[in-house]
Amino acid sequence: MSTGTGRDRMLASIKAGISRQAERRHGAAGPAKPTPLIPARATAPGVDVVDLFRTMLIAAKATLDEVKSRDDVPAAVQKYLAANNAEARIRLSPDKRVSSIAWDKVPLLEISSGRSHGKDPTSVTPAVAVVAETGTVILQSSDQTPTTLHFLPDQHVVVVSKSQIVGTYEDALARVKRGPDGGLPRTVNFVTGPSRSADIGKILLMGAHGPKKLHVIVVDEEL
Amino acid sequence: MSMVPTSNAFKDNATGALKDAPLQEALGIARAHSIETRRNTVAKLPEFEQLRDIGRDLKNHVIANLDTYLLQFEQSVIDRGGHVHWCPDGDSARAKVLEICRKVNAKTVTKGKTMIGEEIGINDFLFANGIEPVETDLGEYIIQLRGETPSHIIGPALHVTKAQVEETFRKAHSDLDPQRNLDDAATLMAEAREKLRAGFLKADVGITGANFLIADEGATTIVTNEGNGDLTQTLPRIHIVLASIEKVVPSLKDAMTLLRILARSATGQEQSVYTTFSSGPRRPTDLDGPEEFHVVLIDNGRSSYLGTEFEEMLRCIRCGACLDHCPVYHSVGGHAYGWVYSGPIGALLTPAIVGVENAKPLPHASSLCGRCEAVCPMRIPIPKMLRHWRETEFTRAITPPTERTGIRFWAFVARRPKLYRLATRIGARVLKSMAGSRGRLASVPLAGGWTKHRDLPAPQGKTFHELWKEEQGGRS
Amino acid sequence: MSSQPEAAQPLFKPGANVALFVTCLVDLFRPSVGFAAVKLLEEAGCKVHVPEAQTCCGQPAYNSGDREMAVELAKQTVAAFEGFDFIVAPSGSCGGMIKHHYPQLFAEDAEWGPRAKALAARTFELTQFLAEQCGRDDFGAKLEGHATYHDSCSSLREMNVKAAPRQLLAKVDGLKVTEMQETDACCGFGGTFCIKFPDVSNSMAARKVATIDATGADLLLAGDMGCLMNLAGKMQRDGSKVKVRHVAEVLAGMTQEPAIGEPAIGEETGK
Ligand code: SF4
Repeated sequence: MSTGTGRDRMLASIKAGISRQAERRHGAAGPAKPTPLIPARATAPGVDVVDLFRTMLIAAKATLDEVKSRDDVPAAVQKYLAANNAEARIRLSPDKRVSSIAWDKVPLLEISSGRSHGKDPTSVTPAVAVVAETGTVILQSSDQTPTTLHFLPDQHVVVVSKSQIVGTYEDALARVKRGPDGGLPRTVNFVTGPSRSADIGKILLMGAHGPKKLHVIVVDEEL
Repeated sequence: MSMVPTSNAFKDNATGALKDAPLQEALGIARAHSIETRRNTVAKLPEFEQLRDIGRDLKNHVIANLDTYLLQFEQSVIDRGGHVHWCPDGDSARAKVLEICRKVNAKTVTKGKTMIGEEIGINDFLFANGIEPVETDLGEYIIQLRGETPSHIIGPALHVTKAQVEETFRKAHSDLDPQRNLDDAATLMAEAREKLRAGFLKADVGITGANFLIADEGATTIVTNEGNGDLTQTLPRIHIVLASIEKVVPSLKDAMTLLRILARSATGQEQSVYTTFSSGPRRPTDLDGPEEFHVVLIDNGRSSYLGTEFEEMLRCIRCGACLDHCPVYHSVGGHAYGWVYSGPIGALLTPAIVGVENAKPLPHASSLCGRCEAVCPMRIPIPKMLRHWRETEFTRAITPPTERTGIRFWAFVARRPKLYRLATRIGARVLKSMAGSRGRLASVPLAGGWTKHRDLPAPQGKTFHELWKEEQGGRS
Repeated sequence: MSSQPEAAQPLFKPGANVALFVTCLVDLFRPSVGFAAVKLLEEAGCKVHVPEAQTCCGQPAYNSGDREMAVELAKQTVAAFEGFDFIVAPSGSCGGMIKHHYPQLFAEDAEWGPRAKALAARTFELTQFLAEQCGRDDFGAKLEGHATYHDSCSSLREMNVKAAPRQLLAKVDGLKVTEMQETDACCGFGGTFCIKFPDVSNSMAARKVATIDATGADLLLAGDMGCLMNLAGKMQRDGSKVKVRHVAEVLAGMTQEPAIGEPAIGEETGK
């Protein structure tokens, strides 16, 4: 039995199982792949996805701010940091959508950019999209958007334009920037609210390992 | 190397668990919590039942084309620059993981929660080979410090009370001030966060499990609430994914079906906090991420259940809803089941993986009430399959001789209506006269199992068929 | 399997021939439930028959893994009952065995498969049959008291019985009914389960009793003798004052018999 490579043995055993299935079906066709179903929550006519996103994001225990223009973002970030007693120090994704914002408008803010090594209290990053159906932020890795910024800081601030609010996961996945070979980037992250755990006495607490707080700033205009 | 099952001692384990006050406290809290949150969240998604049907059909389709999808997955992983290792059993999987770790001289390995990792006993094995495995899921970390196994698929430390966590941390974190105040659960969590941060940053290898494998993208998927899995796979040089073969799904679109029912079933959340798709190592211009990406595909007996009456258990997405709704689990918790998996799905998987002769009581440790099947997002007919295990035991004469003889004797009588009428008439009269005027019996010979905790209501005296005959005589 | 056509479910007409599946526990322990069922069915316009050749549906063998004996007993039952318009059992458990499990037992059997399916389509739990097939919910019963109704797992999940007993009980004059919490939780009976794992079963029963007590009801009703004997035995061992009856007794106005596990009127509950 244990001849051949592990791969050969596994495939042989799987194939044997699949012939058993066919026997049990008495020649009937095998089960077909079902068509996926997308819930109507975010797609039904008349649904306001922006409104739904607001509701679901808050339900996921994240926070939300809405501003008119890119130029309003630095002040909004500063206000958020102050309200949360966080250091006036942020680490940006090198991505133009956030790095080209006029951060010097808020002189007291200390700015740096690049991946995180675990010493950054707050990150400010763009996103692929945000999803209304469950208030989920979709992130991806790239040379402009290091993953460490999405997980190591205590506060994660996501800046998106209103046009990035989509209804469903499927809508968001269509916006992921793929590699030259058409493949997914190394990682795609769905983030629904801040990190949490109920492993101690079933008491739900925020900030287990990932960010303790997740804040989304929606900008009316394009980024 | 993997854990030796004590499932054959279920009955004693259970009796012990019922007397364990902290455990009973923890189970009570968990029960009240989980059923209600799931119910509320499910009620908010009108398509939930339809999604369950689609999820079931999807997995049935995958199970019928498993070789095709695994081969497609393998090719896509290679296309993204990753490696796939095919491991028929626990031994080969452990050896492969060790080989990868040795190649980079790994001293410490961080781990995200992986049930297949528990199944193959990867922690003990690495430790025995001089590599320190650090569990990073808070629950797994707690039980690792306590030297325990998980008592629930998604809440491994469900059996531990807050007071016990405090006690555990005081012992394990002996470098910290012994006078520190740990009254708050939040303080306990902050302490674990600090400790584990250091672990994440120094680990050479990160090992995670996989909720799904996406065949056409070559991506693995993990679903967590803590973010530990992401730190585990982003920070070290090497990311190893341990995945059992039935985790594969054709495409991202198909994974969305399962993602829409997994969290709702598991924790009653609209969505888990982190769902991560990983494919291949960091790209040349990426700013972070692992340099190597390995998927260890593990069979460990699963393929032998394809095309058998047990194959539907391979649809399981390990959400834990069957545990959360199981009255037996509510009574005894997970450890009584004596191995890695517990509750209804544990009673199916354990005999399948460790051999039914090593888990004899598990298929019987169920009233077959069917609440598990009613909530299982993948509509796995758990009671039906528990019965199949009972049938397997009966055919292989694993069922105790007294029970076999008892059943056969009773069936002999039941197949002869005249004899049966006579037997029931005698039985009813004997029990009635034993009860005397009390209407019930506090003890009955050979029925100690019944009368240990309850009385036996006495029969009314004559049987129905007897009285019916008399009445029909009167009517005509 | 696909070659077997779905058996059609007949429509009820007054005068229909209804076979009563008495069940082992009713036969042996509580014939009055059988007579209550007969009374209700006759009032609903059925012609009631009690096939002589019936014994047990085979569930104990089936659940113990003895498929061979389960098949034998199932055949005996199918043969005894297939000549009638409807089969009604005062039990979701035995009903579920016939309706839900017989077709599975004979899934690969070209002869018995169709016969089992045909029988399954005509098999009902008592309250379900009365309310949903006969379209009757008021049988003119009167009972002063406060009851709570326990769903047996098989009634609820194998037979989909949920509304019917409640609808019928709502028509009992003078009876107040309060729902308990976690109506879908098992009472811990489970056939031989409760004998094999008495401690676990007891813990399950204790949780169920706590939810019963929380309703303040003084009467526990259910449609399955297994649950009723388990809960009566547990509550009486613990000294509870709650009386326990099969729902059919109340609906038929036949509550003159002592409740389950209670001494005859005037006799002491002496230890
Ligand atoms: S058997 Fe079903 S309910 Fe239980 S863990 Fe698996 S998927 Fe979830």
